[in-house]
Amino acid sequence: MIGRRTLLATTAAMLATPAIVGRVGAQSTFDWKRCKGQTIVVSLTKNPRADNLQAHQKEFEALTGIRVESEQMPEQQQRPKMVMELASGNPSFDVTHYSLHVSKRVVGVGHWLEDLRPYLANQALTAPEYDWADMSAGALRAATQPDGRIDSLPVETDVWLVYYNKQIFADRGLAFPQTFDEMLATARKINDPANGIYGFVARGVKNANVPVWTSLLLGQDQETVTPDGRTLLTDTPEAIWAGGMYKSLLREYAPPGVVGFNWNECQTSFMQGKIGMWLDGVGFTPPLLDPKVSKIVDRVGFGLLPAGPKGHFCPVFTDAVGIPVKSKAKEAAYLYCQWATGKQMALNMVNLGGGASPRTSTYGDPTLLKSSPFGQEWLTTLLASVKIARPGLPEIVPVTEFRDVMGIALTNMIGGADPATELKKATDTFKPILEQSLRT
Amino acid sequence: MSTTLSGMATRPLAAPRRRRNYARRYWMFAVPAALVVAAVIIFPWFFTLFMSVHEWKVSGNVYYVGLTNYMHLLRDQRFLWAVARTLYFTTASVILPVVIGIWAAVCFARKFRLRGAARTLFILPMMATPVAIALVWTMMFHPQLGVLNYLLTSVGLPPSSWVYSADTVIPTLVMVETWQWTPLVMLIVLGGISSLPIDPYEAAVIDGATAWQMFRYITLPLVWPFVVVAGVMRIIDALKAFDTIFVITNGGPGTASETINMLLYQTAFGYYDLGYASAMVVVFFALIMLLSLILLRTRQQELTL
Repeated sequence: MIGRRTLLATTAAMLATPAIVGRVGAQSTFDWKRCKGQTIVVSLTKNPRADNLQAHQKEFEALTGIRVESEQMPEQQQRPKMVMELASGNPSFDVTHYSLHVSKRVVGVGHWLEDLRPYLANQALTAPEYDWADMSAGALRAATQPDGRIDSLPVETDVWLVYYNKQIFADRGLAFPQTFDEMLATARKINDPANGIYGFVARGVKNANVPVWTSLLLGQDQETVTPDGRTLLTDTPEAIWAGGMYKSLLREYAPPGVVGFNWNECQTSFMQGKIGMWLDGVGFTPPLLDPKVSKIVDRVGFGLLPAGPKGHFCPVFTDAVGIPVKSKAKEAAYLYCQWATGKQMALNMVNLGGGASPRTSTYGDPTLLKSSPFGQEWLTTLLASVKIARPGLPEIVPVTEFRDVMGIALTNMIGGADPATELKKATDTFKPILEQSLRT
Repeated sequence: MSTTLSGMATRPLAAPRRRRNYARRYWMFAVPAALVVAAVIIFPWFFTLFMSVHEWKVSGNVYYVGLTNYMHLLRDQRFLWAVARTLYFTTASVILPVVIGIWAAVCFARKFRLRGAARTLFILPMMATPVAIALVWTMMFHPQLGVLNYLLTSVGLPPSSWVYSADTVIPTLVMVETWQWTPLVMLIVLGGISSLPIDPYEAAVIDGATAWQMFRYITLPLVWPFVVVAGVMRIIDALKAFDTIFVITNGGPGTASETINMLLYQTAFGYYDLGYASAMVVVFFALIMLLSLILLRTRQQELTL
């Protein structure tokens, strides 16, 4: 005789079976080997994300049977190489890894990369566990062109934070600043040039320095152009305030020569234990904790970017992978992109300290804290930063010119120039360039 | 013999056989070289001229704009400053290596112990890869951690900002250029000194000439053609300088070391504005031609005097 409980359990199991079998079947029937035997060429930008992709490349090759020829190039060379090859109509690669905050619009206007929406919708090409909806809103926004095309898949979202020297803070009895005004005051208290100690460091070299200024500008709840990308907001009172803050921090409390510092000079100075705070991307963490190159391994603190007068945001910059329209191995290339932006690779990247994951599920992974070598403070700061992230650069075609023109103004400010005058001049210089880009 | 000769003389003259004109076929041998020259020199030049009269953005449409790009160059402060910086950098990067190179050549022409080893050491910078040595210099220039400021402060001198200040960046780059290319000038001038006759020096010694007088009135006039060759090579090299500046400063701080080469690279491969960059190339080429003509004319005038 069948009991009531048995009957209910059996019925429930029968009802659930199709869904479970469906999921299992979907996972097991996805054919990762559909392009077995093919070879793809992958062009990578040299950074920790590329290291992560290459470190796990053999796993992809074993999974798919696809042979991968990948190479890393410094971004200064890889960016023009990618654009020129795509424009030539005969790119030498099947997958390109690039910075959306620099090349998104130029690539989008050129229609050089494959629209991946049909691929994402195709269950024969996209594994069920890939889960596109798991991508964060910011990553989705970054990967989507204004006309709705999704021509690249996000690999990483590089949020910015403040690295600080815990020893220097402890020696002076200082707490980590919560606002930009407090950050300025803290830098003042730390600054001791006579003993080679400086309160603050960040990028001063033109072009690279613009995200530092936009980080401050976000504290005014403002970006550098209007959402439609047509009007510059670079000489508003808020932009001038951010320029003044940038000038004070770098002119008064940064080491001599900061005007020529890019991230690597900042990192080197910080690792010597002579700097109180360093504002830059989370992806620069690993060397700070490497005893072979860093003198402050046990003294590195990770702080959330302080709040501004009108808001609390941190800038984010997104790396992505895309497939040239002219590639002859698009399906194999898509399998690579899918693998590179999947959940496991996102987790691997965070554990490597290569940046923040574009996927929300990464932060819900129970193994993350255990597997991360960077500790609770780093992870907490990363999670908090992701929640308040906003684009750190405008999504316009001439973004490099924008960075150069504004960067020169910022460099001049470090030299003592007036922020209002410099930003007005830079805005007037860049305005026709932006207008021309909108016409073509 | 005479019979034969007379017989030959009496034989009616044959019509001169037409010699084969092989020269007409020689052009076939020049064709491959001509094709290569046309493909890699002539065509790119005409294409550069063609692009320079167009608005030509990599991801945009192409429009004919006539001389607009050239007119814009005349008003472009960034370009005009780049021209001024190029001339400043070139002038300093020619004069210093030539002066030091002549002095080194005179020194190395004398016989002294370990002269061979000293010469080898002196020419080592010239043999190094420019990008590699630029990276090494970059590390040495670091204001806080670089060895140069350590050495300066060790002897009681104030630290310098080197390439991290707009005021000192070009002199510092000239220093690197001088360090690397003085050996080339020395080698050329040393070759000249080695071929000089000894008689004028013997006469000068008998007449009681000082070392400076022998250098000023014998050595320098006689090796002057070699100095000119070295100077011309330095001018061409200094105008072309790109790798060292790109690696060490990338044109910065701000635009303080942005020469024409740096600006046109950034315009073409940073801004993807090929039309405007092409106009810069044409103007730069004209500038180099102008300098070359002035040099040639000066040299010809010297020879006729």
